[in-house]
Amino acid sequence: MTSLIAIGAGLAVIGAGIGIGLIGGKAMDGIARQPEAAGDIRSGMILMAAFVEGAALIAILLSIFMLQG
Amino acid sequence: MRMLSHRHLIVPLIAVLFSLPLSGWAQHESEEHQEESSHAEATHEGGHAAFDPTATALHHISDANVFTILDFIRIPLPMILYSKDEGLDIFSSGKFHPGEHDNGEYAYHRYVLFEGNVHRIKDPSFPNDLVEIGPHSFSEHIDDQNDEVVYLNYEGTEYQLDPRTTLDNGMFGGKFTSFYDFSITKNVLSMMLVAMLLFWLFRKAALAYSRRSGMAPSGVQSWLEPVFTFIRDEVAIPFIGRDRYLKYLPLLMSLFFFILGLNLFGQIPFLGGTNVTGNLTVTGILAILVFLVVSFSGKKHYWQHIFWMPGVPVFVKPLLAFVEFLGVFIKPITLMLRLAGNIVSGHIAILSFIGLIFIFGKAGESLGGSVVGTLMSVPLTMFMMAIELIVAFVQAFVFTILTASYIGAAIDDGHH
Repeated sequence: MTSLIAIGAGLAVIGAGIGIGLIGGKAMDGIARQPEAAGDIRSGMILMAAFVEGAALIAILLSIFMLQG
Repeated sequence: MRMLSHRHLIVPLIAVLFSLPLSGWAQHESEEHQEESSHAEATHEGGHAAFDPTATALHHISDANVFTILDFIRIPLPMILYSKDEGLDIFSSGKFHPGEHDNGEYAYHRYVLFEGNVHRIKDPSFPNDLVEIGPHSFSEHIDDQNDEVVYLNYEGTEYQLDPRTTLDNGMFGGKFTSFYDFSITKNVLSMMLVAMLLFWLFRKAALAYSRRSGMAPSGVQSWLEPVFTFIRDEVAIPFIGRDRYLKYLPLLMSLFFFILGLNLFGQIPFLGGTNVTGNLTVTGILAILVFLVVSFSGKKHYWQHIFWMPGVPVFVKPLLAFVEFLGVFIKPITLMLRLAGNIVSGHIAILSFIGLIFIFGKAGESLGGSVVGTLMSVPLTMFMMAIELIVAFVQAFVFTILTASYIGAAIDDGHH
């Protein structure tokens, strides 16, 4: 059970990593194409990354709580 | 044996002291594990847990009723306890005489201090007075439900302790107790200190603005002004709107500076290592605040989009209403989890890296292992602390920007 929980937490991190990677990559792309919009793109990027991270954190905290019993 | 292991520990100790995010760790742990290892030697029992990094990390990120700095300065904090049968109890946690491991050597009114947290003895036959219980009288056991139960051995009798208290009384993962704890704990004290510091800083800046109006900012002004205008121009105005942001600016600024202040305060080495913004109750209250502000400032347009989404077929509307209604609660819940999760994970990572010393050094028995562990641990810890500095700013910013975006969505009246 413990190892399953650990695998689940790891999977959640992989998912968030892919998501945040895509967001960051596309944001860099956008900034390179349109440097004058860098400020807007950056705050949008942080906002979206926070949303993705939120999903992963729910999974991780759930696994922590499950580990604690 | 004891002297020898002390000498063996000097090198990792010095290294740990310079990379220590949470106080008292080094001495505390080394002594604890000496005891454990000598115990293992004495009993020759197999499978004895030499060093449990998980439990240690979790212990060191939790709240406490005594403010311990470097394991020898213990600042007693006020205890305000209420139980239904005994009524209100107000006293100083110095009455417990906290000693090694922040365990109290005295019991008072059936309250005891175990690992820095107040517990209550369930059995009413225990003397209801100030009683000396001695330094090594607590023992932990794992019960059927895999929960840790703590027992106090007093004059040959084992007394079971209540679980540690939480003000939320079990709502956020704590256990139900027979009493309520309203004490000024380490976290509460840190919040008060940070609030007073912020008040002092901003009062100073505000006075400077009125005194030096029209002149270039100076002193504390030049530190606060860029951050303040950044939040105003990049968070408040774009998300809430130029004509309405002023109403919500105080909330956003308070959230940002309060969270940032606590994040940074928790990272000062040797200073108690408070973990306030990593506490689910604290972030939960902040999130409830945001939830209330968003819900009460929600306009007709916002609620209509939740309960009866315009522009979609009628059969989709109930489904969307369900999802959107859940979203109303999921938004503050993710706010709560994100901040606490980020700060806690940072602290746990730092503690785990420091734990490498004790894992490699077999809790002080192997000098070579300790040196290897230290060589690995110090750079990793420094790297992690640098990351944590960035995270402190980013998470304060993210909390504020998300609050602003939720408020912006709530007060939007549809004229884009």
